[in-house]
Parts: sequence; structure tokens; C-alpha cells
Amino acid sequence: MLAKTSGQRPALDDRSWVRGFLILSALGFLLLFLVLPLVAVFVEALHRGVDAYWDALVEPDALSAIQLTLIVAAIAVPLNLVFGVAASWCISKFDFRGKGLLITLIDLPFSVSPVISGIIYVLLFGLHGVLGPFLKSQGVQIIFAVPGLVLATIFVTFPFVARELIPLMQEQGTEEEEAALVLGASGWQTFWRVTLPNIKWGLLYGVLLCNARAMGEFGAVSVVSGHIRGETNTMPLHVEILYNEYNFVAAFSVASVLAMLALVTLVAKTVLEWRFGAELAATRH
Amino acid sequence: MVAASSTDGAALPSQGRAVLSVLKKPSVIPGFGLTMGFTLAYLGLIVLLPLAALAVKAAGLGWAGFWNAVLTPRVLAAFQISFGLSLLAAAINAVFGFIVAWVLVRYRFPGAKIVDALVDLPFALPTAVAGIALSALYAPNGWVGKLLMDWFGLKVAFTPLGIAIALTFIGLPFVVRTVQPILQDLPPEEEEAAASLGATRWQSFRRVVFPSLFPALLTGFALAFARGVGEYGSVIFIAGNMPGVSEIVPLLIVIKLEQYDYAGAAAVATLMLAASFALLLLLNLLQAWMRSRHAR
Repeated sequence: MLAKTSGQRPALDDRSWVRGFLILSALGFLLLFLVLPLVAVFVEALHRGVDAYWDALVEPDALSAIQLTLIVAAIAVPLNLVFGVAASWCISKFDFRGKGLLITLIDLPFSVSPVISGIIYVLLFGLHGVLGPFLKSQGVQIIFAVPGLVLATIFVTFPFVARELIPLMQEQGTEEEEAALVLGASGWQTFWRVTLPNIKWGLLYGVLLCNARAMGEFGAVSVVSGHIRGETNTMPLHVEILYNEYNFVAAFSVASVLAMLALVTLVAKTVLEWRFGAELAATRH
Repeated sequence: MVAASSTDGAALPSQGRAVLSVLKKPSVIPGFGLTMGFTLAYLGLIVLLPLAALAVKAAGLGWAGFWNAVLTPRVLAAFQISFGLSLLAAAINAVFGFIVAWVLVRYRFPGAKIVDALVDLPFALPTAVAGIALSALYAPNGWVGKLLMDWFGLKVAFTPLGIAIALTFIGLPFVVRTVQPILQDLPPEEEEAAASLGATRWQSFRRVVFPSLFPALLTGFALAFARGVGEYGSVIFIAGNMPGVSEIVPLLIVIKLEQYDYAGAAAVATLMLAASFALLLLLNLLQAWMRSRHAR
């Protein structure tokens, strides 16, 4: 039997048929729901050959979608990075009233449906929104334009860095920072030389997850984008348009690039967990 | 905002300092005012202000207008579909997620580490990609869809069953990732004690192991359920999107928005948000319960 338990603790051993049955159920379930969809993306993308695959990626609308995705992530991720560091600094290094409420509010975007994450900006900045008429008179367009995409992306990726850093920095306490300050370091020196080296792997971990979601977000950006080809289409939105036009090979080709991004993220995340597990937050989901 | 204004005690009158020290314990570490100010400003601008705009828009309808917009057969059907199928998907995930967690923690088999890493795929894979992949797979001419059609005459894609498939995919990591760490930390002595007292393997699982894992299982179930209710990208491709049959709430909100029914969209969104927050509250209570159970 390929399945073995540790053998050290016989009371914890299940019978071999139970082991076999459970392993087969687990693997079968994961095969059906995880592996096959992933394989399907690449098979569908390549089934008309490499040329058709490549053509779908270098076509102007696809290139502009790739470019826009990169631009949006390049703005949203650093902003959430700075926010995440600032929020976890004030939450983990100080004691103040209302801390629990603040943490709950920071986590809030995770429990909001992506569609609602988009609609709130439409209701605020859209033509019929609260600030819409004012923005129009100023000639500023946010909805159906890049700023709206960036805002919606910031919203859905808002908690990633903070929720990785807060438990990590709480675990690390304040002693090292206090020592640095007593020895005459300035606040910035303390942060750059003491705190940052302690949290760098956790920070990278948070940024990795934040970036994957920023580049892959669909629902929220779909609501604020207006789907203008070559202008406000990110990669996931481009996939949707191609798919709805029955251009399946092109849709799956662009999708395969996003799937590769997901795989790279998973590998990097796993490597971080294996090598620097102790330096990441223990309470991580 | 009092705490955010300044921590520089010298600049405050003594009364202000006293108020501040009630809100925040004094500390030698600098940067409280700066980081707290930035955190609150960013949180307010990005999250709270836009959410308030939603509430304002929905409130503009008035009490009667709000319920008129929400209590229509189409909206109610969408809520029933979203909540019912999320419940089904979360239940599937509770069973199989538990088995996956059990297998990953208790058994050793080749490739276990890869399987473990792969469990997070639904977190990393963009939902639109998952959506088109699942609909290609479960369509009547797809790899799995064709088999189900030929063997059982079962149509999955473009029916409510398709929605359940997509929601199962999306919710898959939650149960595994909540049960797994608790199972890992379970003291083996408890099971050994049960065995030495004459319990069968099944009895010791049912009476000793399962009760310790139950809060985690329930938390994972609730997380998967909450995620499923709001899910959009992976569902719309496989759902068929027939009003009253396979139309989920998030899609209905988008449709109302595209028809320029802003108030209607805001009303449905508000109700859904209220439901999500109720779930979140329940989850927090659950997690507090889980922690107290685990600490004992």
C-alpha cells in the first residue's frame, strides 16, 4: 500500500482500507475540482496549436489588457503595502482603545462581495452618484476609466498586507524597537534597521497574495470598467469578452497567462512557507 | 479621531493629555500619530466612505421603497438560489475538505506536499479563469460534462448544479485550512487514552477527535458559505443565468446597474451586505468559541 502512517503511534493508525478509501476520495475530489480545471485551461488554449495561442496574446487588445493589468497592480499593490505597514505599526506597537474594531474594519473588504466592492464606487463617483455631478463639472472621470479600476482593486486587496503583518508584528512585540530607541536610533532608523528586517518575509508573503488578487480581480473591476476595448479592459475582463464572443482559443490563451501567474504565486508562497515558516505569522489563513 | 491628531504630549494642555492617556497607553515608540492618522484616513477614504455612499443611496428609497425594491419575486428567487447553493457547496466542502485535511495531516503518501500546496489554488486562480475552465469542463461536450450526460443524463453546466460546482471550487480551501492546523495540534495522547480504555477506532474518532475539530469545521463551513454568497466571476460563466432559476444575487445587482436602476441595485446590495455582516458577526462568535475550546 502506498499509504503509510507514521507507525510511531499505533493507536492513531487507521485500517489500511480506510486509509486507501480516504486518500482516494481526497485525491479524486481534488483531481475533479482543482487539477482538471487547471489542465483544461492549457489544453483549450493550445488545441489550435502554438501559433493561434501566440496570436491571441500579441493581438493589440490583448497587449493593452496586459499593460492595463500591470499598471493597475503597480499602483494598487504599493499603496496597500504602505497602508499595511502603517496599520500594523500602529496596531502592533501601541495599546489603544478600539483596536479590535479597527482590525475588524481593516478586514471588512474580505467579507464584501466583489460586485458590491465595485458598485460602491459607481454610487459615489458615477454620473448618477453622490459626487458624480461635481466630478463631471470638474472634467474628472473615475468610473469607466482607469482611476475606478485602481480604486476597486485597492478595495478588494485592501486587507492582504495588513492581515499578514498584524499578527506577525504582535508576536514580535516591541522590545527590539525599544532597545534601538534607547541606544539613540531615530524612529525611521528603527523601522528600517530593526523592524523591516524582522518582517520582510511576512511582508513579501502579503504582497505576493495582494498582487495575485490585484491582477486577477474580476467582479469589482467588471462593474467599474465599462468594458471599453483597448482602454478599460484588464486581462480577466478581456477573457470574459473573448469567451462571450465564442473566441474560446483566444479566451483560454489569455486565461492561461493568468493561470501561470497563479501557479507562480503558489510556488513562491509555498517556498516562503517552507523556508521561512517561522518568520511568517503563525495565525495565517 | 482624537487619538490620531497628535501624540506629542507637550503640545497638549494637561486635560487633553489625560483624555489621550485613557485612549492610548504611553509608549517610547514614535510614529503613533503618523501611522494612525494615515491608517484612519486611508480606511475612511477607500472603505468607509464608499460603503456609506451605498447606504445613502439605499436610504434614499425610504423604508417602503426599499422593501418594494427588494421584495420582488426575481430578487427573492436570486437570494434563495445564492444562499441555497452556497449552503450546498459549503456542505460538500465540509465533507471533502475534512477528508482532505485528515489525509494531509495523518497519512503520508507520495506528492502530499504538492497536494497541500495545490489546495490554495482557488485563492490564487483568478475567478474568471476558474469560471471558463469549469464551464468548459462541465459543458455537455466537456470532459466531465459528457460523461455525466452519457452515464446519468445529468446536465451540469448552465443549470443550478453548475453554480454549486463553481461555488465548491471557490470555497474548497476554507475548510481544509481551518481544520488542518487544529488537527495537527491535536494531542495524540487523547486518542491513545481512548484506545487503551477499549474504544474502537471509530468510537475514538467520533467521541474524541471529531468534537475537538467540530468548531474548526463549522468555521470553515461558514467561511466557505460566506464566500460563496458573494461570488461572481466563477459562477456567471457556468450558471446559465436564467432569472428565477440560475440567477445569483451579485449578477442581479450588476444587471440592475446596467439598466441604470441605481437605487434598486443599491437596495439589493445593501440587503446582501447586511447578510454578509450578520454572517461575519456569527463567524467572529464562532472563532471566539473555537479559541476557548482549543485553549482548554
